[in-house]
Amino acid sequence: MGQVVLKGINKFYESVHAVKDVNLQIRDKEFVVFVGPSGCGKTTTLRMIAGLEAISSGDISIDGNVINALAPMDRDIAMVFQNYALYPHMSVYDNMAFGLKMRKFERREIEKRVREAADILGIGELLKRKPRQLSGGQRQRVALGRAIVRHPRVFLFDEPLSNLDAKLRVQMRVELKKLHLRLGTTAIYVTHDQVEAMTLGDRVVVMKDGVVQQVGEPLELYNQPANKFVAGFIGSPAMNFATVTVTEADGSLIAENSGLRIKLPDEIAQRLRGHVGREVILGVRPEDLTVASSADLDHPCFDAVIEVVEQLGSEILLDMKVGESNMVASVEPTARVRVADKLRVAMRRSRLHVFDAQTEAAI
Amino acid sequence: MAISAVSATTLREAPPPRRQRLLEDERWLAFVLLVPTIVLLGMFIAYPFIRGILLSVTSSRVGMPGDFVGLANFYKIFNDGIFRTSVYNTFVYTGVTTVFKLALGLWLAMLLNRNFRGKAFTRAFILLPFIIPTVLSTFAWKWMFDPTFSVLNWLLYHFGLITGRINWLGDPDLAMISIIVVNIWRGVPFFAISLLAGLQTISPELNEAAAIDGAKPWQRFWHITWPLLLPVTMVVVLFSVIQTFADFQIVYVMTGGGPANATHLFATYAYQIAIGTGLLSEGAAIALAMFPVLFLVVIIQLLYIRRVEVR
Repeated sequence: MGQVVLKGINKFYESVHAVKDVNLQIRDKEFVVFVGPSGCGKTTTLRMIAGLEAISSGDISIDGNVINALAPMDRDIAMVFQNYALYPHMSVYDNMAFGLKMRKFERREIEKRVREAADILGIGELLKRKPRQLSGGQRQRVALGRAIVRHPRVFLFDEPLSNLDAKLRVQMRVELKKLHLRLGTTAIYVTHDQVEAMTLGDRVVVMKDGVVQQVGEPLELYNQPANKFVAGFIGSPAMNFATVTVTEADGSLIAENSGLRIKLPDEIAQRLRGHVGREVILGVRPEDLTVASSADLDHPCFDAVIEVVEQLGSEILLDMKVGESNMVASVEPTARVRVADKLRVAMRRSRLHVFDAQTEAAI
Repeated sequence: MAISAVSATTLREAPPPRRQRLLEDERWLAFVLLVPTIVLLGMFIAYPFIRGILLSVTSSRVGMPGDFVGLANFYKIFNDGIFRTSVYNTFVYTGVTTVFKLALGLWLAMLLNRNFRGKAFTRAFILLPFIIPTVLSTFAWKWMFDPTFSVLNWLLYHFGLITGRINWLGDPDLAMISIIVVNIWRGVPFFAISLLAGLQTISPELNEAAAIDGAKPWQRFWHITWPLLLPVTMVVVLFSVIQTFADFQIVYVMTGGGPANATHLFATYAYQIAIGTGLLSEGAAIALAMFPVLFLVVIIQLLYIRRVEVR
């Protein structure tokens, strides 16, 4: 079992309020990812769960038992650190066996568990080596192995892939996912990389300035972001935003600013009745913008000038000037476009997002 | 164009001056660059050392060149009771102080490695005994151990622990303890600051990982901190042993080797014989008697440091 509950968790560092009233229920066997920019409190939260930071207020419980006052060793958790934190003077075997030795396991049991973990991770050949004789990826596996052998109730990961090169990171990401499917241990994972969050997490917790912005399944965050921050943080390239004023004309709602004037589709217009005459923020993802054709007549369209064309092979990113602001569109690789081209761009009407200009919450 | 091209070629082919050509040769250049070091080491280390050896096998005194006498001086000092006491004292002095300096220095380093208000100030403050000229601080200690003016006696008396005065520097054993205390006081900052520097190279994540792995504080020290600090510890101990073994100032100022030659070390006894009584050659022999011991210590520790670093 490994059900983790955070209830009203706060963390103060002298005058800094680093984590603000975090409430979260993590189910057994779930893979939960904390994501956010640096300084958002995600690592602090993880370290409070680990017992490496004191909890200023609130309760953390595992399987119903409050663990606030327990030392890290008594919480039945295992942690993988960003810099691996392998013991440099010990062999790979001793690194993995250390936790079991400290807990006075029998030698035969230790050996069995270390071999088992080494087989799962494919590091059986490296057991006699010292950490500095290993590559980054191998060290990462040893760090994972050290966590696995303990058979803990919860795995804690603190940006475990951020020190690997891009290619290895993708590979280890897949392996982590497989490992979780195989072991089924509850995992709490901290990262600043939204791609890692989306691909690894059963659920993702987006944090900013110590506050949880939204908790949800990856696609839920992508499709229904709770606010402008989540909308901009999840997805790459990031969502385009435009501040527009809502006006009424001929019974329908119009959103306009200096370079944009679009008729809002009915489903959005309904939600914006109360905002007529006020400013709102319009959001649209680059992949929901297309070069307008005759088939797009019922979608909102606007004019743009291409400033930069980024060929990615599988898609083309267009950096466009729309009035005085900039927007990015991701279009089909077959599109024939050149810098300085004037385009008519269509927004997929069902994929428009609207946020309150003051609170930035989704409308 | 053609003309300038020709002249450029001739310029390039003109042989550089002889001196410059010699320096183009790396072997010569290396030699030239090494000369200042060789001269300095030769003048201030090799020459005095060899001169000391030559002196120790003669019968020279102050104002008398003397003759070659072979190992007679060494034979003489090995049969000298005070010399034997000095050897014994030096080992006790070095051994006891090193153990205490290491223990206290490590403890202090661990305390200073924590986060607390005024950390930088305290760390600098700790160095004071090390910064003050030894002779001056030792004079202060001499007053504290003075039988009449001793602040220690005053304290002990007022707390009711003693009734009469303790003659700290007048009793052979107490005098030895006194100089050991002063040496520890002076040596601890060096250990503390060096070990603190060593501790700071150990990532705090390792201790956190060990804490999660189930290691209790003393287990974390024993299994993580101590082995990772060992190379630094060995270097610090090496320096300290060499310095303490050849210590002079503290004993010279505190007791002058007394009472009744009971607290002499190699250095103070060598000084007393060579300068005090003018027996230069015998003094040189005493000073040289330190050499094999120190040489052995250095060899053993350097070998050990290399082993630790290789693994």
